[in-house]
Amino acid sequence: MYAQMVKTDAPRIKSRSEMDPRERAFQERIDAGQKIEPKEWMPEGYRRTLIRQISQHAHSEIVGQLPEGNWITRAPTLERKAILLAKVQDEAGHGLYLYCAAETLGVSRDALYDQLHSGKAKYSSIFNYPTLTWADIGAIGWLVDGAAIMNQVPLQRCSYGPYARAMVRICKEESFHQRQGYDILMKMVKGTTAQKAMVQDALDRWWWPSLMMFGPSDDASVHSAQSMAWKIKQNSNDELRQKFVDQTVPQAEYLGLTVPDPDLTWNEEKGGYDFGEPDWNEFFEVIAGNGPCNAERLGARRQAWDDGAWFRDGLTAHAEKATARRARSVAAE
Amino acid sequence: MSSEWPLWEVFIRGQHGLNHRHVGSLHAPDAEMAINNARDVYVRRNEGVSIWVVRSIDIAASSPSEKGPLFEPSNAKVYRHPTFFDIPDEVGHM
Repeated sequence: MYAQMVKTDAPRIKSRSEMDPRERAFQERIDAGQKIEPKEWMPEGYRRTLIRQISQHAHSEIVGQLPEGNWITRAPTLERKAILLAKVQDEAGHGLYLYCAAETLGVSRDALYDQLHSGKAKYSSIFNYPTLTWADIGAIGWLVDGAAIMNQVPLQRCSYGPYARAMVRICKEESFHQRQGYDILMKMVKGTTAQKAMVQDALDRWWWPSLMMFGPSDDASVHSAQSMAWKIKQNSNDELRQKFVDQTVPQAEYLGLTVPDPDLTWNEEKGGYDFGEPDWNEFFEVIAGNGPCNAERLGARRQAWDDGAWFRDGLTAHAEKATARRARSVAAE
Repeated sequence: MSSEWPLWEVFIRGQHGLNHRHVGSLHAPDAEMAINNARDVYVRRNEGVSIWVVRSIDIAASSPSEKGPLFEPSNAKVYRHPTFFDIPDEVGHM
């Protein structure tokens, strides 16, 4: 997902009898559905897992601006351009809500940026694919934001208060993102043969990377089990992927498109689709930094940060001068 | 140079007549920029009519361990609630 394969430091899950009294009281609060707030005691593993997950989520929102930003100057109409600008601005906002939520756990913003810029922190694999045509902007809204919604809706019930509250704000805005994407594609499939082919091509390229967003099956993962015990994670990767496929296939059919999966069939018994396995080797390569656009994305983030340094410093200097001026005028009175 | 901008807490009045409500935080070099940034980050969809920003370090907060001394005294004083008193039906609405 936007946070993929988050580690928890847990070699295995502790039983109640192995927990010290504080850990047990903490787990009982979680089980009772209580929210954990910033200043309260929490196990170190819980805190570190949350920092990893929230910051990875934040980095994904920030890096996620880049593939779409690529088309702002080339949007086909002024209205589409205004919509895309608003959408990309939302992504920046989502990143900022999430960084703030992570900071309540005692990590500084600069430390988080540094982890992203140094390549130490991960962000979602999906943003390392290129946006080659305008149809890709439609496909991202429809598929990528659609997959994000699948994951983010349950995260609104996450046990950590600031993260859950950030998710509420984000989910309110995501629906606009998905619908504007689908709207782009609806328009294009009613257009020329070439435009329709462009939409099919976009689906062909984005389908599998979208399914990979949920991460590999985590049914056997101790990290996932621990995250679920802490109610940082609510559903397994396979569960969410299934839900996404079931929701998305009829939407593709409405557009008159073919989902690029020969194994895709409706399974009456389970009331859902059977579908093929994504290429997990590709996924691990992209996560490891070898996707088509990893270097470009990180390069763009670093350049934006470095090129903005003089401006950030200028504003700091201005604020300091203004404070000193005020202090002098108060002293003179 | 390049030190991190201070953290500000953002409060929005959603509608006329309501209290300002905490919505989140952001970094900014000064109060004026904090309000500008709050506009871009927290009110992109007509969420309010007024913005307050306060430096996070200027907020004093109770700690979770003080929960008892702060909130228990009122739990013991049920007579502070109007439902504590039985008023006969004949008396009518009170």
